Amino acid sequence: MWAFVTRRLLYMIPTLFVISLVSFAIIQLPPGNFINTFVAELRAQGQGVDNAQVRALEERYGLDDPFLVQYGKWISGILLHGDFGQSFQYQRPVSDLIWDRIGLTLVLAVCTTLLSWAIAFPIGVYSAVRQHSVGDYVFTFIGFIGLATPNFMLALIFVWISFRYMGESVGGIVSPEYADAAWNLGKVLDVVSNLWIPVLIIGTAGTATLIRVLRANLLDELRKPYVTTARAKGLPEWRVILKYPVRMALSPFISTIGWILPTLIGGEVMVSIVVSLETTGPLLLDALSSQDMYLAGSFILILATLTVIGTLLSDLLLALWDPRIRHAQTAKG
Amino acid sequence: MDTDSDVLLEVKGLRTRFRTDDADVTAVNGANLRLRRGRTLCVVGESGCGKSVTARSILRLIDPPGRIVDGEILLRRDGSDGRPAETIDLAALKPTGRRIREIRGRDIAMIFQEPMASLSLVHRVGNQIGEAIRVHNPMPRRQARQRVLELLDQVEIPNPERTIDAYPFQLSGGMRQRVMIAMALSCSPRLLIADEPTTALDVTTQAQIMDLLVGLQHQQDMALMFITHDMGVVAEMADDVAVMYLGHVVEKGPVDTIFHDPKHPYTRALLDSIPRIGGARRERLSTIRGTVPAPADQPSGCVFRDRCDFVMPGRCDRIVPPPIDLGPERHVRCLLHGGAEPEAEVTTSQEAADAG
Ligand SMILES: Nc1ncnc2c1ncn2[C@@H]1O[C@H](COP(=O)(O)OP(=O)(O)OP(=O)(O)O)[C@@H](O)[C@H]1O
Ligand SMILES: [Mg+2]
Repeated sequence: MWAFVTRRLLYMIPTLFVISLVSFAIIQLPPGNFINTFVAELRAQGQGVDNAQVRALEERYGLDDPFLVQYGKWISGILLHGDFGQSFQYQRPVSDLIWDRIGLTLVLAVCTTLLSWAIAFPIGVYSAVRQHSVGDYVFTFIGFIGLATPNFMLALIFVWISFRYMGESVGGIVSPEYADAAWNLGKVLDVVSNLWIPVLIIGTAGTATLIRVLRANLLDELRKPYVTTARAKGLPEWRVILKYPVRMALSPFISTIGWILPTLIGGEVMVSIVVSLETTGPLLLDALSSQDMYLAGSFILILATLTVIGTLLSDLLLALWDPRIRHAQTAKG
Repeated sequence: MDTDSDVLLEVKGLRTRFRTDDADVTAVNGANLRLRRGRTLCVVGESGCGKSVTARSILRLIDPPGRIVDGEILLRRDGSDGRPAETIDLAALKPTGRRIREIRGRDIAMIFQEPMASLSLVHRVGNQIGEAIRVHNPMPRRQARQRVLELLDQVEIPNPERTIDAYPFQLSGGMRQRVMIAMALSCSPRLLIADEPTTALDVTTQAQIMDLLVGLQHQQDMALMFITHDMGVVAEMADDVAVMYLGHVVEKGPVDTIFHDPKHPYTRALLDSIPRIGGARRERLSTIRGTVPAPADQPSGCVFRDRCDFVMPGRCDRIVPPPIDLGPERHVRCLLHGGAEPEAEVTTSQEAADAG
């Protein structure tokens, strides 16, 4: 097992290298060098920029160097000093801007995953074990609605409902009265109470998918001979089902850890804009449209890295979950 | 001479039916069987004739849309293990209820056709056998583990200490079937049902597994219901034989009478298909003409008539052969041996089924 873990960690290095190259290439993509754009922008805003300042910037980013040298400066800045460069639009270091948002995105991802599991597991098991029951049809119907409704639409409906009937405006993760307060129980409760709506909205489609997958897998597994063997021992029915076929059908749950982050970021942009959450999605969108390339590149780098880590985690958990995977991997290494 | 107290399990008029929107299959259609303490009943017949469904019906392991629609399955407890002597009709129990669960694994255990698929691949051998022990005899894990080691040793698994912590996918087919046997024997059942336990194995392993089963049966004095489609295996193992065809038990009796004096044309055809080694040349195997019809469209009258060399037109297609008594424990269902008397002629297969 440890050999497997080590090997998987080593495999990450080339992957991360390629990811960082691509992220940097994105930074370099806009035509012209960005210092010209920056200077032009400052001038347009009526600020004077002297040549010394421009040269200092050019020096710092090594704009006259070849691509790989520039890349080397950029990546070593990140690795050695945590320096992701400067956001032109906000006139602040990128690292000041992103960490809060990435933290919030991660919290959202973890909460969404846990909530979808908590909802999908009992419903999926019930729908498979009681196939063709009224409950199964009801859940299937609700599930399809969940799949078919766009998230931003759900978000709008939620905002409207809470405004109309509860008289409070949904928005932000931290309510205004706690904005500057230090972390205490009240603030935590406040965050939780603001978080559940976006979590629910973002989680619907994923939850509906998970229910479908679990139901289909479990239906397959329930007919397998090993289930009959377990019944023939005299075990109670619920124990037969939970210990054997459910165990086999659960692997997709673990795989979700690997793909939750990319789908979340794709799916949350609209929702976050609607309920004004300060997550990565809106800022990334903003950075891309205003060609704030250091900001955009840094987001892409960090999110891609987190996705790679998510995939690694889900692979390791799968190996723990299913001895066949573990042994196949060990035999290979 | 056998007395009634020898009978451990009696199946009377069992009918098991699979009913779906587009098909209505009566997989077992009025089967009668009798299992005696300490003896082996071999159930033979071609693929699809309802052997597995019969076996699963006994333990109430038929999945929906299958259902027992008629008949009795009487289990006789003799009170020797501290529980009261009583007769239980398994066919009347709830398939997920507590009463049948107490019987599964404890009074009657079963091993299945595919050792590859019948064990969970993600649970350790020790876990799966230990669970079978502890469900009927609650005991600490350590003690159960000790018992599992004994069982693995008993089924002649080399190196039980290692196998107990292995996963089934790390074992060969023969080893997995031994694990299945150990699991089945874990609560010393009175009856072991073995549903073609060697079909998926190679010839050498087949012989080993069969020797093991016979040895264990004598040692534990349990009844064995052995399902096979190999008459050679029957000759080797059986005390009694039941020949099944399309959901019907067409002939049954002690093994000697079945082999030396087969009455039903189907039994004779099955016996002719055994390869005989010894003569200067090996004769071509005779096979049975035609194929088994789909159970969904059973012929009227005798189910075997389309393939029978002795078919009597005007009779076999109109009369369902009743069981004819040919001596102690010897029955045949064929009009050649009786049952074609005029008063019976009005009964057709459909009417018999409706009446049943
Ligand atoms: N789940 C099911 N749904 C519908 N029909 C079924 C089902 N299981 C069994 N049957 C029907 O019951 C018939 C008897 O099947 P069974 O498995 O008992 O045959 P068998 O004698 O054990 O054959 P084999 O030697 O191939 O194991 C089959 O022909 C099939 O049509
Ligand atoms: Mg079978």
